[in-house]
Amino acid sequence: MSGTSTYVPKSALARWFEARLPIMGLMHSSFIVYPVPRNLNYLWTFGAILSFMLIAQIITGVILAMHYVASAATAFASVEHIMRDVNYGWLIRYLHTNGASFFFLAVYIHMFRGIYYGSYKAPREVLWILGVIIYLLMMATAFMGYVLPWGSMSFAGATVITNLFTAIPLVGTSVAHWLWGGYAVGDPTLKRFFSLHYLLPFMIVGVVVLHVWALHVVGQNNPDGVDVKNVERDTVIFTPYATIKDIFAFSVFLILYAWFVFFIPNYLLDADNSNIANPLVTPAHIVPEWYLLPFYAILRAIPNKLIGVVALFAAIVLLAFLPWLDTSPVRSGKYRPLFKFFFWIFVVCCVGLGYLGSQEVSDGTTLVARILSAGYFGFLVIVLPLLGLIEKTKPIPATIADAVLSKSAPVLAKTGAAS
Amino acid sequence: MSTAAVETPSRRDFLYLATGAVGAVGLVALAWPLIDQMNPDASTLALASIEVDTSAIAEGQILTVKWRGGPVFIRHRTKKEIEEAVNTPLSALKDPQTDAERVKKPEWLIVIGVCTHLGCVPLGHEGEYDGWKCPCHGSVYDTSGRIRQGPAPLNLAVPEYAFLSDTKVKIG
Repeated sequence: MSGTSTYVPKSALARWFEARLPIMGLMHSSFIVYPVPRNLNYLWTFGAILSFMLIAQIITGVILAMHYVASAATAFASVEHIMRDVNYGWLIRYLHTNGASFFFLAVYIHMFRGIYYGSYKAPREVLWILGVIIYLLMMATAFMGYVLPWGSMSFAGATVITNLFTAIPLVGTSVAHWLWGGYAVGDPTLKRFFSLHYLLPFMIVGVVVLHVWALHVVGQNNPDGVDVKNVERDTVIFTPYATIKDIFAFSVFLILYAWFVFFIPNYLLDADNSNIANPLVTPAHIVPEWYLLPFYAILRAIPNKLIGVVALFAAIVLLAFLPWLDTSPVRSGKYRPLFKFFFWIFVVCCVGLGYLGSQEVSDGTTLVARILSAGYFGFLVIVLPLLGLIEKTKPIPATIADAVLSKSAPVLAKTGAAS
Repeated sequence: MSTAAVETPSRRDFLYLATGAVGAVGLVALAWPLIDQMNPDASTLALASIEVDTSAIAEGQILTVKWRGGPVFIRHRTKKEIEEAVNTPLSALKDPQTDAERVKKPEWLIVIGVCTHLGCVPLGHEGEYDGWKCPCHGSVYDTSGRIRQGPAPLNLAVPEYAFLSDTKVKIG
């Protein structure tokens, strides 16, 4: 994936194999000697963390599928069976449910990092769009997974999300019936969701491979947003530098994840989902999982059904157009004072919408949700295109090495003066 | 007929096109079963109608029954509720419909209990109009099941039904 491989097979067997399938050379050039910008900060460890989370979700998920029974009559009981009877079933299920949340936590940090440092800008547009596709697949997978325990919140969630399609003019109701396999969410819906929930993670793996491939073609962005000009001066090799840093960051992330799994495993779950689904009653206060709350708040902020649904999807799809919405030639937010200011407002809008999505609707919350929704879309379609035209950016360093050395130079001078 | 200078398609071109066309038809014919299998199946369609005994529903009470996998509200309306529904001017409605268009007997309102916004089940005797209020996104319906406030675009749907006798109604 990155230029000529310097891999030299050591044994006769390895030489024989490498001549037939050069996979060891590929691994070597991609993950051992791959040049990594030397100025990367810890925000660049989330790609590795996400890879670990994807593998963890697949392993725990495959195990859960050995014990789970996908049918409206048995799904709820089989999840209880996993929790009570299966050896370590409670652990595997809590790893999986909390794993979804931590997967999203990591992906949101990863995405905000990409926006802050302009990682979507040329030549990384395709890399970024593949990322948006992964994010969409993740949301679909998480949503369908949430339906599987067949609790009352599972049922309400499935109903609300699939009903989004009824907003489509003319064919909306037929599409919904097709999705449900009936006239309401029911047993056929649960079964197809299980099938797709098993399938989609492997599609995510496929897109992740493309994502990593695209990354290794164009190279990593970095906090200063300047291209690698001299491999010797500007980069370090992937192993051990990036590998060890990724492992350290992942260990810290694991501590947080394990703390949730072992001490507050139900903190992110909804108590209503411990009641079995009842198609005749909707829980009094339905809330999606936290990672979907901002979009839910946008949906609720708009009084018209069709426009609300369009806004919800637009909020996600617009992200794919970021490479062209952001007109500034400077990549990193570090050198863009105005962008930096609006970026943090955008973050506040996202978090604020998330909070409002979890609250009951009142006139006050609706008003604030409208203001924050305007902020969300305003940042993407007004602020970003305009900033490129009016912003006076700070001077960017000529090379990555310059950026790193200028940071450490004063430190050297200071220690020099003290001695 | 004069032979024009235009290059006439050869037999081979014709065969290519014909083969491609047959292949395309074949693909569509194969895709349809794969898509249609997700539509409501025969056993779901078979549950098309139910009969409900209404004698036990007291005035003012709402009975929720399950029809085609979802809820149907059978509401025995009080005089006051009927009056409110009948006296509402059409101009006050988002999806204008008179009460008479929505009921067969004024004291019985039968509607599908699915909010027309995003499909939640509204709660009876709630909201400003004493009809229903949806717990999900706050849509409010009146005593005729008509949308009055909130994001839902349409009135609660009226299913096909018939009174078989004074105390028996067939839905579907």
